[in-house]
Amino acid sequence: MADEPLIYENQFNVQGGNFNDAGKVASHIKAILKGFGIPSEAVRKTALVAYESEINIVSYARKGVIHLRLAPDQIVIETIDEGSGIADIELAMQEGYSTATDKIREMGFGAGMGLANIRNFSDIFQISSEPGKGTSLKMIIKWQP
Amino acid sequence: MDMEVKTAFGADLMSDVLAFAQSGSLLLTGLTNPQVIRTADVLDIAAIIIVRGKRPSPDTVQLAGDLGIPILVTRFILFETAGRLYQSGIRGCLVKVDGSVHSHG
Repeated sequence: MADEPLIYENQFNVQGGNFNDAGKVASHIKAILKGFGIPSEAVRKTALVAYESEINIVSYARKGVIHLRLAPDQIVIETIDEGSGIADIELAMQEGYSTATDKIREMGFGAGMGLANIRNFSDIFQISSEPGKGTSLKMIIKWQP
Repeated sequence: MDMEVKTAFGADLMSDVLAFAQSGSLLLTGLTNPQVIRTADVLDIAAIIIVRGKRPSPDTVQLAGDLGIPILVTRFILFETAGRLYQSGIRGCLVKVDGSVHSHG
């Protein structure tokens, strides 16, 4: 799988705290995948996990990068951020657990559903984090032509 | 504006909208910030109905225009808006949630 040929690859920077643009990268990724004719269900899942990840970077990190890799049978979204990190990943994954600020809640997020959504809509989901340094996520969504 | 919409979803929590709303549906919400438009764009929502007499912020209107997503506003509360739409034949984009997400079809 590691040597799989890539159809497309790109990366996008996300600025922490820039709530106005939160979701822009996810929209862009959605448009790219649609342009390649990826089936709508896979596009939806990918856009969703990218969007929730982007919200997390904007909300909890100084900055981050979202990588998109499109392979012939799967889409890989990888995010790496520099930020507060997550001390207890198991706790953070629990639906309803959140450390969100009022600003995040005003946007309609911060109910402790983000990571759970990301996990539920990914075919493969990996998370690693170092408190004080940042968080990395890897999400794989399978697709078939 | 020439489109036909048969289903809708209503919530103020964008994470729930992302999880449950379906493409081509109406989105009923009390939120008025640009994130509603971003969420609608990611999901290909047909149009947004802002309930409870709220008005979208200028940023929100601008973004909706840029992305071509119609915004409608109503003074009815979410429950009343949903009931009236249902009476007119609009159905939920999914009927219920039972552990996993099922589309109404």
